[in-house]
Amino acid sequence: MKDIILKIENISKQYRLGQVGTGTLSHDLNRWWHQVRGKENPYLKIGDTNDRSTKGTSEYVWALKDINFEVEKGEVLAVIGKNGAGKSTLLKILSKVTAPTTGSIKSRGRIASLLEVGTGFNGEMTGRENIFLNGAILGMTKKEITSKLEEIIEFSGCERYIDTPVKRYSSGMTVRLAFAVAAFLEPEILIVDEVLAVGDAEFQKKAIGKMQDISRGGGRTVLFVSHNMTAVKSLCTRGIVLEHGTIKFEGNIDEALDVYNSDIIDLVREVKWDIDEAPGNLNAKIKSVKLTSDNDFFCIEKKINIEIEFVNFIDNQVINCSISIFNELDSYVLASPNLERIPLAKGSYKSICEIPENFLNKGKYFFTVILVGNNFEIISQLDKIVSVDIDEEGTYRKGYFGHWGGLVRPYLKWENNQID
Amino acid sequence: MDFKKTDEWLFEITPKNKFFSLNFREIWQYRDLLMLFVKRDIITVYKQTVLGPIWYLIQPLFTAITFTIVFNNMAGINTGSIPPFLFNLAGITVWNYFTSCLNGTSDTFKSNAGIFGKVYFPRIITPLSIVVSNLLKFGIQFFIFILFYIFYYLKGYNLIFNIYILFFPFLIASMGFLGLGLGMLISSMVTKYRDFSYLLGFGIQLLMYLSAVMYPIELVNNKLPKFGWIIEYNPVAYIIETSRFMLLNIGQVSILGLLYTTAVTITAFFIGLLIFNKTEKSFIDTV
Repeated sequence: MKDIILKIENISKQYRLGQVGTGTLSHDLNRWWHQVRGKENPYLKIGDTNDRSTKGTSEYVWALKDINFEVEKGEVLAVIGKNGAGKSTLLKILSKVTAPTTGSIKSRGRIASLLEVGTGFNGEMTGRENIFLNGAILGMTKKEITSKLEEIIEFSGCERYIDTPVKRYSSGMTVRLAFAVAAFLEPEILIVDEVLAVGDAEFQKKAIGKMQDISRGGGRTVLFVSHNMTAVKSLCTRGIVLEHGTIKFEGNIDEALDVYNSDIIDLVREVKWDIDEAPGNLNAKIKSVKLTSDNDFFCIEKKINIEIEFVNFIDNQVINCSISIFNELDSYVLASPNLERIPLAKGSYKSICEIPENFLNKGKYFFTVILVGNNFEIISQLDKIVSVDIDEEGTYRKGYFGHWGGLVRPYLKWENNQID
Repeated sequence: MDFKKTDEWLFEITPKNKFFSLNFREIWQYRDLLMLFVKRDIITVYKQTVLGPIWYLIQPLFTAITFTIVFNNMAGINTGSIPPFLFNLAGITVWNYFTSCLNGTSDTFKSNAGIFGKVYFPRIITPLSIVVSNLLKFGIQFFIFILFYIFYYLKGYNLIFNIYILFFPFLIASMGFLGLGLGMLISSMVTKYRDFSYLLGFGIQLLMYLSAVMYPIELVNNKLPKFGWIIEYNPVAYIIETSRFMLLNIGQVSILGLLYTTAVTITAFFIGLLIFNKTEKSFIDTV
C-alpha cells in the first residue's frame, strides 16, 4: 500500500489582473451579495487560462486550474515548468502563504518551506540572534533551536562572524546562514524553491548533499522547484510539469524533463523560406536553416548540427556558408566558415556544420548564418536566425553540481602522473 | 507500523475560512516567535542611536511641556490641585500606549508583506508582538511618570493614589486590546484599500483632541454641554480620564462607563480579529 503523505485535490487559484482599485469594491459587494444569498461566487465561472503571451478576454485568470496529485512519503518530487506556469503559486498554497480559490490539500505532516532563504533576517541583529528569529519564523521552538545551535553554526561555516550583525555579512554568508537554519528544520515535508541558485560551488554541493540526506536518510518528503535541471535530475525521482496552470505531465523524472525541454519558448530551431521570398540575390539564395541533434533535446554531451540549405543559380561559382555563434549575454563565441571553396554546379545544396559534443557550454546560443559568394562578398547575412538552449546530462560532472562558467566547455584531456 | 486510515490527516488546507477560526494551540506553539519579535523590536530601536532608549522619554516629556505651556499657561485650562505638567504627562503616557499599538498594528500586513509572502506562521503573532513591545515602552514612560510624581510629592503637592489604582493594569490592558483590535481592523482594510492608511494619519491626530488627553472631561461638559457626549462615548477618552482618576485622584468615573468601555474594547477586538483572520488567508494576492 502506498503511503500517501500529501494529497492535492482540485486545487485552483484565481487572480484578478490589472489594477486593484476602481471596480474592486463593486465586485466585492457583488460577491458578498451572492454569498449572503447562498449563491456561488459569480467570478469563479469566468477566467482565462494563464497564458502570459496571449491577450486574454477576461480580467480574471486561473494561475492554477484543477491540480490533482499525490505525494508519497520519502519521495523527492520535482515541480518544473516555465516562468509563470504556476509553480510558485502552487508552492505558496502548499506553504499556507495564500489560500486556494477552490480545492483542498490534505497533509499528514508538517510542511515547511525554504521559499527564499533569509526571510525575516534582521540586519541589526547578530548571526546568533538571527538563527533564533529565523528558526522561530520557520516554526521551531526556542528549545529545538538551542539543541541544534552548534550544528547550525558549524554547517553554515560562519563561526567567526556569529556574533556580528548580519548587515556586515557578505551576501553569500547570509545565504549560508539562512540555509543552515532551514536545513536543520525537521518537517515531514520540505518545500525547496530555487535556493541553490545562490552560494558558491562548495556550498551548493553541501546543500544538495544535505537535501539528499534529508530525503534518503530521514525518510522525509521533499518538493523541489528549480531551473537547475542537473540538480533536479540527480535529486528527484518523480516530476510534475506545469504549463499554464495545469499539469502537463506527471511521472518519472527523465520523462518529465523531456517534456519540459521539448517546449522551451522563444527559441527558433528551424527557419524555411519559399524560394521567392528567400534571402539572397540572383546568384544564390538561402532556403532553410535548421538545428538538429541526435538526442531528443540539445545537450552538451551530444553533438549539434546546423544545416543550411541554399540554391545556387549560376554554374561554377564558389558559394560557401559561414556561421557565428553568440551566447545569451551576446558574447561572440566563435565564427566558423566553410573553408572548402570549390566551384559548384547549379542546383540545391545542403551545408552541414557539426558542433562537436562537449564543446559549447550550458545555456542559450544564437547562430548567425552568412552566405558568401565568389569574391568573398556577402550574399546574405541572417543575424541570430536560429537559437538553441543547451542543457546537460551531467554524465561527466562526477557529483559536482555547481555553476560551470565559461563561453565554451570542452572536455579537455588531463593526465595525472606521479613524478616523485 | 499500522497503516493510517485515509481520512486521518494532520491538517487540511481549504479555500473557505470558517466564520471564525482561531487556533489557540497553534499560537501557543509559536509563543517563542512572539518573544523573539518583541526582542527584535527592542534591539533594533536601540541600535545605531546615540541616545538609545532615552528617545522613549524625550517624546512624552516634550509633548507634556508643550501642552502645559499651550493649554494650561496660555489657554488656562484648570487642573485643580494637580500640577498641569503631571496631569498632561499622565494623559500622554496612556494615550501614547494606545496610539503606538494602533499605529504599529495597523501596518501589519503592508510592512510584513515580504515575510508573510514566504512563510506561514499565525499572522496574529505580529500585531501581538507589537502590543507587547509597546507595553515595555509604556513601562519605561510610566516609570518616568512615577519619578515626576515623587518629585512633585516631595515638593509638597497634595497627591493621593486612589484605591482603584489596583485596576490600573486592567485599564492598560483594555487600552492595548482596543488599539490592537482597531489596528487589526485597519491593517486588514489597508491591504485592499490604501485610503485607510491616509485616514489613520490625521484620524489619530483628531482623536487625540477628542480623547481628553490634555483636559478633564468635566471641562467639556461645562463649556460645550452639547458636545460633551462625544467625549463621554469615546472609550479612549474614558480610559484616559479613568487612569487619571486612579493615578491623581482627579476627574469622574462611573461603573457604567467602565462597563461600556470594556464592552467596546471587547467588541472592537473581536471584530478586528475576525476581519484579520479573513484577510490573512489571501491578502498576499491583493497587497
